[in-house]
Amino acid sequence: MTALLRAEDLRKSYQVGRGGLFRRARRFNAVDGVSLTLNRGETLGVVGESGCGKSTLSRLVLGLSPHDSGEITFDGAPLPDEGSDDWRHLRRRMQLVYQDAAGALDPRQSIGTQIAEPLKIHNLPPERAEQALADVGLPQAMAARHPHELSGGQLQRVVIARALTLEPELMVMDEPVSALDVSIQAQIVNLIQDLQQARGMAYLFVSHDLSIVHHVADRVAVMYLGQVVEEAPKAAFYTRALHPYSKALLAAVPVPDPATRGRAAPRIGDPPNPAAPPTGCRFHPRCPHATEQCRVEAPALRDFGGRRAACHRIEELSQ
Amino acid sequence: MTWILLKLLRALVTMGLVLTFVFFVLRLSGDPTLVLLPDDVDQATREFYRAKWGLDAPLWEQYTSYLRALLQGDFGISFRNNIDAFQVVWDRVPKTALLGGTAIAIALLIGMPLGVLAAVYRDSWLDRTVMSIAVFGFSMPNFFLGILLILIFSLKLRVLPSSGSGTWAHLIMPAATLGTGFAAQIARYTRSSMIDVLSKPYMRTARSKGAGLTRRVSQHALPNASVPVVTILGIKVGEMLGWAVVTETVFAWPGIGRLLTSAVASRDLAVVQCIMILLAFTMVAANMVVDLVYGWLDPRVRVGARAQA
Amino acid sequence: MLFSAENLSVEIDRPLRDPVSPVRGVSFSLDAGMTLALVGESGCGKSMTCLAIAGLLPKRGRISGGALKLDGQDLCALPENEAQALRRRHLSSVFQDATGGLNPVRSIGWQVAEAVRLRKGATRHEAQAEAVRLLGRVGLPDPERRAREYPHQFSGGMNQRAMIALAIAGNPRLLIADEATTALDVTLQAQILDLIADLRSSLGMGVIFVTHDLGLVAQTADRVAVMYAGRIAERADVADLFAAPRHPYAHGLLSSLPERQAQGGRLATIPGTVPPIDALPGGCAFAPRCPRVSDRCGQEMPELALGAACHHPLPPGRAAATIREREFS
Repeated sequence: MTALLRAEDLRKSYQVGRGGLFRRARRFNAVDGVSLTLNRGETLGVVGESGCGKSTLSRLVLGLSPHDSGEITFDGAPLPDEGSDDWRHLRRRMQLVYQDAAGALDPRQSIGTQIAEPLKIHNLPPERAEQALADVGLPQAMAARHPHELSGGQLQRVVIARALTLEPELMVMDEPVSALDVSIQAQIVNLIQDLQQARGMAYLFVSHDLSIVHHVADRVAVMYLGQVVEEAPKAAFYTRALHPYSKALLAAVPVPDPATRGRAAPRIGDPPNPAAPPTGCRFHPRCPHATEQCRVEAPALRDFGGRRAACHRIEELSQ
Repeated sequence: MTWILLKLLRALVTMGLVLTFVFFVLRLSGDPTLVLLPDDVDQATREFYRAKWGLDAPLWEQYTSYLRALLQGDFGISFRNNIDAFQVVWDRVPKTALLGGTAIAIALLIGMPLGVLAAVYRDSWLDRTVMSIAVFGFSMPNFFLGILLILIFSLKLRVLPSSGSGTWAHLIMPAATLGTGFAAQIARYTRSSMIDVLSKPYMRTARSKGAGLTRRVSQHALPNASVPVVTILGIKVGEMLGWAVVTETVFAWPGIGRLLTSAVASRDLAVVQCIMILLAFTMVAANMVVDLVYGWLDPRVRVGARAQA
Repeated sequence: MLFSAENLSVEIDRPLRDPVSPVRGVSFSLDAGMTLALVGESGCGKSMTCLAIAGLLPKRGRISGGALKLDGQDLCALPENEAQALRRRHLSSVFQDATGGLNPVRSIGWQVAEAVRLRKGATRHEAQAEAVRLLGRVGLPDPERRAREYPHQFSGGMNQRAMIALAIAGNPRLLIADEATTALDVTLQAQILDLIADLRSSLGMGVIFVTHDLGLVAQTADRVAVMYAGRIAERADVADLFAAPRHPYAHGLLSSLPERQAQGGRLATIPGTVPPIDALPGGCAFAPRCPRVSDRCGQEMPELALGAACHHPLPPGRAAATIREREFS
């Protein structure tokens, strides 16, 4: 199986605060050396807490914001420069769906116009818009409506329909269901999965919700302060996570079953300021197993038979 | 500290630009000898005064000697009465400061409470009344209000003097004239700023603590709402100095404004120059004060600046 | 019994339109040291219920019926100032947006001390000392120094701790936590929940825990009230609700959770969307989305009986959804 998307040592930093006359502005490494692969038809779940860089990553791999260093290849070829003809052509093959569906749509244009817009840009037959609307389970009558007449779940369907018109091979989903109510979440999750089955798209599914990722992903990557600390096939990850941070995350998920009560929450303190990450292993100030080595030396992402984790003490801890 | 130094540096640059601007604009506006000397004076006398006032040298030389003199605190000689221009201006400063200060006090003491009340009782009759008065207050031209006051209180009721200065009675009408428009504007800014603040989640927190209305407004809302009002105030000080010229003329108030009108009319270059520089300095200083008050009112500015430096 | 809401209704006036009722006849009760979860989707009236209890309804809103009994005294029957005094002494709230909920121009210590003074009437000095103690109690390291800092210098988690310190000032008997952990990351959320649980048992507070997250309900609540369109659809002990929900809506909600599905299969869904509060169908508001609907549901509003407000409830104990074994290591 060829990799559809490959990211190699990807880095991106942002300026924080203003620089002064005699002082350089501090920079914040939102994504700091991330390598990932996504195969055709596969779903990679990217999880982590706010400020871990997962949203920045999703924009980088789409080429929507330039990366500082590292390499992104899509279908074997490096990502073309932003704004070039190749770059524009590539838009057809990769699409983004994010949390704020209402913000992604123009309030003054009808739903139909907005779904058909990508087709117009790329000179494709406009009939595809009707098909897309049907594919996401919305009646054709919806095309004449405006965004404010639709519910949150319907809006997210519209955004997905618009992305579908171009028949992309890769969809990046950045918290696609986080803003939705529980009962609507399930509808959209089902839709996302049905579409993948029917069309064989690959998903980069970015979410803070480990339960949803458990449901939709094939593989899971955990990010912490701009770095991937663990990456594993889903089953392996959810049954036996290797990294102490992954374990803490999983232990903190509120399971909807009163029988599991009484588990003590991981006492790992507040997360550090992402703009000033700790030395060595970035998780060490919150890690119950940290040693002097962890404080000084940043652990590499090592291979453990089909899965990867970045921790000095995995061998000891898994005994 | 770097933050304050940077502000000072910026203020200095602004002042330098103002000095240059004032010099060239005034030199380009005409020959003062044409106005100051009688029409029938001969060319030789004209040249004599030109040389005496340093107007015969090339513009560039005039500019450098102007700057040099300013740095030594020499603002030149008033062409009209042959005394130190700075002295002429400085004598008038207390009068204008008194008038302007009183007007600002009126604007704040009337405008802010009215704005707060209007915001707290938003959409009530009180709000509507206050805002109608405010619209009336700032759409009324300054000179018109002044003349109206004179008509009512001096000519009709004969309770206040129509012109001059010296007693508190003289101050009331000019200060009211100058202050009314600003009170109206302050009321409006305070109202919109308060309405914004009153809808903030921390106001609900204060309510849930059981803080009463007075406490919520004075201790929680007002300190937040006054931040933008202070900004406006800094800008308005300059505007107010402009209106002071009109007001002083209407009430024959012997301040900077009236001096400026007469000095312009007589092309008293040194005096006009001195006033312009003083006004520019006042505005720059007002802006610096605003920045300082800002830091005092808003810890995000204060601590942010300190932490970054 | 510490607190009960009896047939509580709330009305909100709207300019140029008829008023709406986001809360329509809600009843529940709780004892000291107990957590009651109010759960439901957005617009179900759970937050409005809390605001009504706390006396924090917006200007246009008012309690239009029912009773709120704190220690047997009806807050709705007392004169306004007496009711507010009771609320101030015994009741406090924590909301979702902690950073926005703290005044940006006042120090953390000042804000907590103010709560102490308003609730207990301490001197400035005592209140300051008490504020530092409270900040330490909620797990802020170095509370002495932290008390002098401002909200923008705190992380979101620290601000929520400060908000909790502010809320427990003066030992209130009832704490309302309205989506108090929703904005926080999971690891922080777990710690804040632990803190609330710890305070609840050590201070003997009753807690009304408002959330949309059924996972949190399962982890924190003793009793649960599931709300839908301004009414309570189901009211049950937490174990009973999760084992055998009786109202079709509660059943639908639980079934739609990924945790309660077969791995990789489709999620169960509730068709349609929540009706807007000003256009509720006659009869049962859930009827248009309900798989068990009958003609009667469209005409007759079901009363809450045996825990479920439904004409055709699921039988007790039989509908237990199979909870998939999940091994979180």
